[in-house]
Amino acid sequence: MLDILDLLLTTGFWAATLRMATPLIFGTLGELLCERSGVLNLGIEGIMTIGSMAGWMWVFQGGSLWGGVLVAAAVGALFGLLHSIFTVYLGLSQHVTGIGVTMLTSALSYFIFRMMLPDVTTPPKITPFAPVAVPGLSQLPVVGEALFVQSPLTWLALFLVALVGWGLYRTPLGLAVRMVGENPMAAEAQGLNVHLIRTGAVMAGSALMAVGGTFLTLSAFDAFYIGMTNGRGWICIALVVFASWRPGKALLGALLFAFFDAMQMRVQQQTVVAIPYQFYLMLPYVLSIVALIVMSRRAAYPKALLVPFRRGER
Amino acid sequence: MRLEPRENVSLTLLITGPVLAVAVALGLCSILLVWAGASVTDAYILLVKGALGSRFAISETLTRTTPLILTGLAAAVAFRAKLWNIGGEGQFYAGACAATLLGTGAISLPAYLMVPLLFIGGALAGGLLLLLPTLLKTRLNVDEVVTTLLLNFIVLLFVNWLLFGPWKDPMAMGWPQAAPIIDQGVLPELLARTRLHAGLLVAIGSAILSWVLMRYTVWGYEIRAVGANQEAARFAGIPINRTVLRTALISGGLAGFAGVAEICGLKGYLTLDLSPGFGYTGIVVAMLAGLNPLGVVLSAFFVAVVYNGADSMSRALAVSNYIADVITATALLAVLVSMLLTRYRIKLK
Repeated sequence: MLDILDLLLTTGFWAATLRMATPLIFGTLGELLCERSGVLNLGIEGIMTIGSMAGWMWVFQGGSLWGGVLVAAAVGALFGLLHSIFTVYLGLSQHVTGIGVTMLTSALSYFIFRMMLPDVTTPPKITPFAPVAVPGLSQLPVVGEALFVQSPLTWLALFLVALVGWGLYRTPLGLAVRMVGENPMAAEAQGLNVHLIRTGAVMAGSALMAVGGTFLTLSAFDAFYIGMTNGRGWICIALVVFASWRPGKALLGALLFAFFDAMQMRVQQQTVVAIPYQFYLMLPYVLSIVALIVMSRRAAYPKALLVPFRRGER
Repeated sequence: MRLEPRENVSLTLLITGPVLAVAVALGLCSILLVWAGASVTDAYILLVKGALGSRFAISETLTRTTPLILTGLAAAVAFRAKLWNIGGEGQFYAGACAATLLGTGAISLPAYLMVPLLFIGGALAGGLLLLLPTLLKTRLNVDEVVTTLLLNFIVLLFVNWLLFGPWKDPMAMGWPQAAPIIDQGVLPELLARTRLHAGLLVAIGSAILSWVLMRYTVWGYEIRAVGANQEAARFAGIPINRTVLRTALISGGLAGFAGVAEICGLKGYLTLDLSPGFGYTGIVVAMLAGLNPLGVVLSAFFVAVVYNGADSMSRALAVSNYIADVITATALLAVLVSMLLTRYRIKLK
């Protein structure tokens, strides 16, 4: 018990929590945007993967780090467009299309990576983002170094939570996004273009997912390898339900999740009782399922989620 | 742009649809081949040769078809009831684990009892694994897509633990693999001097049985009704939850079969790379077949051709063999569109 208390007082632990939460924050925000407009995006796992590959490849070929982030976002938006053409305009099954998009983008990422770097055995490295300290606050004792010296992408993620929250609830555009996700027919009666708004939301959301992916290769690690996303996308989908489709709660969920994940890693290193490491690694997936079960009674899905909108049809 | 339902769909359209879609997919993937600096015609000729060019190549392709038929059926049956089982990979390993538990010496029976016992055990393990997320869906309204996906990761880590821990075969020179299945549990080979095994017959038999089940039985009718329109099915007095749970047992059981067939027919023992994603590829197989159990046999064969052909083609032309995954994923998306276009025509204003 004392060990755990000690752990909570180390700065490294809290820094790790924020770092591990970052890709989840991006991914959960992205999925949240898609679902708020009425589109489930199961392409998330693959879009994160291709984002992590594209951003890394850009930097590896000599581009700048922020250039890599933009490239990842653009690639993500592109596959978001593909997902919306299929699900929004053609009204195809969102489940099957999403799985298809994940399969396609993962396979493409690995194919392109292998073709551009055919002869490497150890993954080549880039110089990742250096942590940025918030002037003043980072000088605070104990918490300063942990909470205020972070990757610039982590700052971006936190800023985006506020931006998406404000955008969804305080702007006409956000109202439109929520409306097409709840009642597309009423939205159309108001003169809104349901298809266009959904497409925009899915593209923006997919761009966020891809940036979450590229955080892995440009900040958390410095290389791309096969199987890197490792189910983070699916965890984000569970987190969206956990967050009741609200950006603030999504941040909370991602932090809570990362907290447990960081804790299991530390406990795994320190503990005397030998629990096989595989059971620690299962924890994030088990927690996601538990989160889904706990929230299931209160889950208020957007009313029009999974329902394609066809003009002039009831 | 709007979609207008077609009055009656001709048989030619139904057949040319998927074929055209596959052609479009191959066409799109040639862009990647050109980018990789390979000649497209050479590549596709090598692909077909690699998969079907010799007796051995055909036997290898059929060997790969076997698990794909079974995981394809698992997805096809579940998707008919709109039960989105994406957990085929986990259920595959659950089946393989059950076969290992029962078949490595714990029980010893003559072959004509041993083999059925292993298949039943595998089916039960796969079915029960899918029952858990399905109960969460029917009782608590928890989305089964995410839970089945997450369970895949949990099961793989569990198998990882088994193979590095309690099940590690001390005779395997340190490799993480379980003890071999005893002789009575091993499936006979179908063609001399090849790896093709009787699992193919189990797979084709399962396809025929699934087809009969879906088409001619009350259970099959109920599964289709629940998938087509749950409200209408409820009004017709069909027990929705019971039907969905039954579907889960059948679907998970079929995926479990695949694990048993691979272990008893091909590998002989449980390893971590027993499945290169058969569970996920099964979804593609099922969609290519339009969820028709007999069509699954054909589409599984097609996907096996793509994978085995791409393997030998990629070696010959120095193209990454991930091209096979790209082709099948593109084919899945193309078939989705073609299925829509056979049912609707697109009117541009």
